[in-house]
Amino acid sequence: MRESSPIAYDSKIEGNVIFTRLDAAINWMRSNSLWPMPMGLACCAIELMAASSSRYDISRFGAEVMRFSPRQSDVMIVAGTVTYKMALAVKRIWEQMPEPKWCIAMGACASSGGMYRSYAVLQGIDHLLPVDVYVSGCPPRPEALLDGLIKLQKKIMTERSVEDQKKALAETV
Amino acid sequence: MTLAEAVTLIKKRFGEAILSEGAFRGEQTVSVKMESLRDICKFCRSELGFDYLLDISSVDHFGDYPRFELVYELYSMAGEIHLRVKTLVPDEDNPVGPTVTDIWPTADWHEREVYDMMGIRFDGHPDLRRILMWEGYPYFPLRKDFPLEGKPSEVADVAFSDVAPLAGGPFVTAPTDGTTQVREPRARRAGDELPRDQFIAEP
Repeated sequence: MRESSPIAYDSKIEGNVIFTRLDAAINWMRSNSLWPMPMGLACCAIELMAASSSRYDISRFGAEVMRFSPRQSDVMIVAGTVTYKMALAVKRIWEQMPEPKWCIAMGACASSGGMYRSYAVLQGIDHLLPVDVYVSGCPPRPEALLDGLIKLQKKIMTERSVEDQKKALAETV
Repeated sequence: MTLAEAVTLIKKRFGEAILSEGAFRGEQTVSVKMESLRDICKFCRSELGFDYLLDISSVDHFGDYPRFELVYELYSMAGEIHLRVKTLVPDEDNPVGPTVTDIWPTADWHEREVYDMMGIRFDGHPDLRRILMWEGYPYFPLRKDFPLEGKPSEVADVAFSDVAPLAGGPFVTAPTDGTTQVREPRARRAGDELPRDQFIAEP
């Protein structure tokens, strides 16, 4: 094991016990079991479906459990053009997702409005919700989405949720 | 029945209501007075066999009078003929046309779309709500005086809209025989003249 690894491994008790920080263990579990909320709104959704099918196989990264209920989801993948008519519905679904939650803006339209410089299209979903990873492309290939997912996993590995909770608790005492 | 026979019958029956007629590349158009539009449509449906209303569209002749025009595309399944009927909407400030939903039920959603995009109301329509934009949106986006980038609006808990950044100019195709680079310049503001001298059109 390299020194930078959050998980320490002792060969004397091999296989049975590992030593780690609680945050690292939580992050490891969270990042390898991201249940997506597929917010498929346009052609990017087709690539999202391709990413979850056999050739690209998103389950290699623990994100194959597409949940159509926001209450069971961890990451919202906004795949497609967000019109103003749809925008508040997307926001409402986002707000129904339990914490912790993350958001991937898949493709040009979800990231910036894309080619739709128009009266009808929201110019990027980040006007409404916090986006963790932007995936470029029109539409992005499944590899690009998987790359975005890996980047999100790396981001989750740097989170300090327990530490932050302790700090917040200490401040209130 | 051929298209020419159908037009002759319409002219014979509604002589003074026909303002003009014309043909272009096999497409026949008749312009009619709005008062007679419903009667002509009924006649086309019941007597001439135009059983299929393909589409209703609207035109904004911004700067001209009358400003709005309605266009009806009729088709006869049996005769395999296509007729276009046009009518001008007289009132610019409160544009109203007659409904044809009782003649062709499919006109319901076509008329809702014309109302939503162009703001022309239809007298007698059973359910004239917006169909693409949301209820309460204050503008009619297809009118010529509505900017491409949109206008800000807000309907609480339903939807909002904002001005889109056009980043150097709207995406416009210019009428020229030049390359794509010439035809579709990205860095251009609305109303700018095309710098023709800078580009040489391909032979």
